[in-house]
Amino acid sequence: MGKVLVVTSGKGGVGKTTSTAAIGAALAQSGQRVVVVDFDVGLRNLDLVMGAERRVVFDLINVVQGIAKLPQALIRDKRLENLWLLPASQTRDKDALTEDGVGRVVGELRELYDWVVCDSPAGIERGATLAMRFADEAVIVTNPEVSSVRDSDRIIGMLDSKTVKAEKGERVEKHILITRYDAARAARGEMLGIEDVLEILATPLLGIIPESKDVLKASNVGSPVTLNNPGSEPAQAYLEATRRLLGETLAMKVPAARRGLMNRLLGRRAA
Amino acid sequence: MNILRLFKSSPASAPIARERLQILLAHERSMRGQPDLLIRLREEILAVVSRHVVLDPDKVVVRMDRGKNVSTLEVDIELPNGCEEKLAATG
Repeated sequence: MGKVLVVTSGKGGVGKTTSTAAIGAALAQSGQRVVVVDFDVGLRNLDLVMGAERRVVFDLINVVQGIAKLPQALIRDKRLENLWLLPASQTRDKDALTEDGVGRVVGELRELYDWVVCDSPAGIERGATLAMRFADEAVIVTNPEVSSVRDSDRIIGMLDSKTVKAEKGERVEKHILITRYDAARAARGEMLGIEDVLEILATPLLGIIPESKDVLKASNVGSPVTLNNPGSEPAQAYLEATRRLLGETLAMKVPAARRGLMNRLLGRRAA
Repeated sequence: MNILRLFKSSPASAPIARERLQILLAHERSMRGQPDLLIRLREEILAVVSRHVVLDPDKVVVRMDRGKNVSTLEVDIELPNGCEEKLAATG
């Protein structure tokens, strides 16, 4: 029986899809059988970030509605043979998803894979609630910024009340993933620090992904950053976060601020 | 002036963000799962007032403003002309 992991946030643009692709690929890189599922019906993008946009024939809605069988809709990754994608529909809207249908598909995927990684749409509407509905674990993607932290808090409340696990009196295991972290700005007091975010959200930290050009470069070419440039800082951070998901205990590396030329000249420390 | 600014660090804004979030989330968490307080207040106030005065439900505005120490509840009910006579007659 595989685990169902939802990657969610409430707020849009914080890095859910990028993180789904990177964590999904990292899990597969460590030998797990993985399927990444795009729940963003009508605005699918996981296929693009994964570099499979030209191979989509059937999608999640087709499978939910019984128009296509699951194996017809699953796309195998070209780089990793144990990584698969179930794309969302680009033309339908999220009302085409039914709870029974999604439950059936997620149940089938659980039988076939070690990890079912669900990429949630932004917001708290049907698509987002169905993406988290059957989750065992959740990664809450948060930027160190007030609106993102507020929305994460709201999503945490929903994970604790609106999931199947919560309704059974169990707990969805929750992890905070801080993305787009700019160490220099945090050091200058311009950006919420890691401790601030964790204290406010009272949820354990899975990893800190630094703001980096490598993330954009990877999505430009349609490859998860952990595959495109495994040695880069964000890839290393995603790979470590994934090892924590798999149960390893690793010391958390807080990205350090690089000293700019001006500060070096002036002898300032970690500005 | 601009050159001077280069050497002067601006005051940190992160502590302000942190404090604002803590106050806001403490409130939002306490409200979670409850039916909207304002909607309930509006319905009940409307029921009480309309027992005595004929009014247009669309002309009733209930607004709440939360301050740091004190919150205010503002109720604005527009009464049609001639309702005072009706008040005197009934009550």
